[in-house]
Amino acid sequence: MHSDRASLGLKIAAAAGLLFLHLPILLIFVYAFTTEEKSFQWPPPGLTLKWFAVTWNRPDVWEALGLSVKVASISTVIALILGSLCAAAVSRTRFFGRETISLLVILPIALPGVVTGIALRSAFSIADIPFSTWTIVLGHATFCVVIVYNNAVARFRRTSGSLIEASMDLGANMFQTLRHVILPNIATALVVGGMLAFALSFDEVIVTTFTAGQQQTLPIWMLEELVRPRERPVTNVVAMVVVLVTMLPILGAYYLTRGTEAVAGQGK
Amino acid sequence: MSAATDTLTARDGVSTRLSDTLWRRPKLLLVLLLLPPVLWLGIIYLGSLFALLLQSFFSIDHFSGLINYEFTLRTYAELFTPANFDIIVRTVTMAACTTLASAVIAFPIACYAARFAKGRWRAVFYLGIMMPLWSSYLVKIYAWKLILAKEGILTWALEGLHLNWLLDAYLALPVVGGNSLSVSTTGTFIVFVYVWMPFMILPIQAALERVPVSMLEASGDLGARPGQTFRHVLFPLALPGIVAGSIFTFSLTLGDYIIPQIIGTSRLFIGQAVYQHQGIAGNIPLAAAFAVVPIVIMGVYLYIAKRMGAFDAL
Repeated sequence: MHSDRASLGLKIAAAAGLLFLHLPILLIFVYAFTTEEKSFQWPPPGLTLKWFAVTWNRPDVWEALGLSVKVASISTVIALILGSLCAAAVSRTRFFGRETISLLVILPIALPGVVTGIALRSAFSIADIPFSTWTIVLGHATFCVVIVYNNAVARFRRTSGSLIEASMDLGANMFQTLRHVILPNIATALVVGGMLAFALSFDEVIVTTFTAGQQQTLPIWMLEELVRPRERPVTNVVAMVVVLVTMLPILGAYYLTRGTEAVAGQGK
Repeated sequence: MSAATDTLTARDGVSTRLSDTLWRRPKLLLVLLLLPPVLWLGIIYLGSLFALLLQSFFSIDHFSGLINYEFTLRTYAELFTPANFDIIVRTVTMAACTTLASAVIAFPIACYAARFAKGRWRAVFYLGIMMPLWSSYLVKIYAWKLILAKEGILTWALEGLHLNWLLDAYLALPVVGGNSLSVSTTGTFIVFVYVWMPFMILPIQAALERVPVSMLEASGDLGARPGQTFRHVLFPLALPGIVAGSIFTFSLTLGDYIIPQIIGTSRLFIGQAVYQHQGIAGNIPLAAAFAVVPIVIMGVYLYIAKRMGAFDAL
């Protein structure tokens, strides 16, 4: 095996793998413009922009989108607070039960979503909590914590502790150190963690089906359309918009962490 | 110096005093930092899990449909009736197949990204892996509904190649076939692989990036053919990464109930069983017992993975 050049077989296998990942998503873009209404006919008999206008005027889509944005925003804020607190505690000190805390944070995402979902649902029914936006938020924030935590912990590990000590030696108290030294250092990690947490919450459906009751987030709306299709072209348009919207946080996260990539690679 | 300290003290005396207290008592600071996240996760998450576990030890009265709040193992025994046990076996088999196929497809991508992609190509590969990983889950499933539909692009492509007899012959096979790919077990399998495979790439890539090039060169210098180097050097060193990735693909397939509901046969998977028992049937104890199955399987799986050193590759 030559160490500097890839063999042809490897090149083809890697390219084929990437195509397998990307072609289906590209297909969504074509279907958003099709004139066919009843079936998934390929090739599309004609192209039209009509369905974008139809989708724009659908109140149920807007309502679902509104709820999704609301839930994702609140969950992201909660996850940011809890995740960075936890990361600060775990990375600055060594204490008994440190591993247990890491496990506790990771558990909601390590266990299958259906377990988290039914666990929350049964807890709500035992505690007689009626379904509301907040029951959805409870679930989402719980598994978003790990995303913020992972990003913040990695950054804390690379932030030298002597910076903080220097700040204190120079007379700053803890809150001044937090504001002028710690926060500027971990800011991009928190922004990235927040964006990813938002994307995760915005797209979540498995836990949400258990905690939403009759409310519809955008993924729940989409699931309804997949199980009981009403107007397929509208689903196509929404699918395309969702792909575009979820790409933004990923591109943002990439550009913000680009400079630090080499360092991150060494750390892990 | 003292003047500066004085102004600081004078400006915000309370916060400085609080700060001093926290600095002198780091344990207090630690408790304050940990209290909110531990309370949240402990009460909401662990509390719910405990509630779930508790329910699985109750049973349902099949005549009245009411839950009988007495400790019993009867609900767990119900898991081993042929119909229910079939669901478990089917799900675990599917998770294993998905994991295997994901490893096979992910390995070349990870290998190229780790060892050969340089400069701009590195960025292309990174985004090429991250974009599908983070793309909307439901949209990905929907895309495959479009592809696998009878009038869809796959049938069209095979007709163009005059290969549709091959598809028909395949669909006529007993277990994996069906009326069309979108209502067959094969369809479910393809979508599972598509949706969860990206989670396999990054751990393998991380493991491969840590293999020193000199080791592969040494293997070649000692007379190994590329195939032998792969089998005896590269693959064993990448194995912890594969196991780490398999934790995701296995766990995610195990608990999924939406993919088989949208693409596949009417035969149930564990996730669907949980959903149906808690919803339409109202049999919360059995749903809870079903939900314990993936927890136990993943517990065993994680234990084995840990012994194989997979956690260092995460």
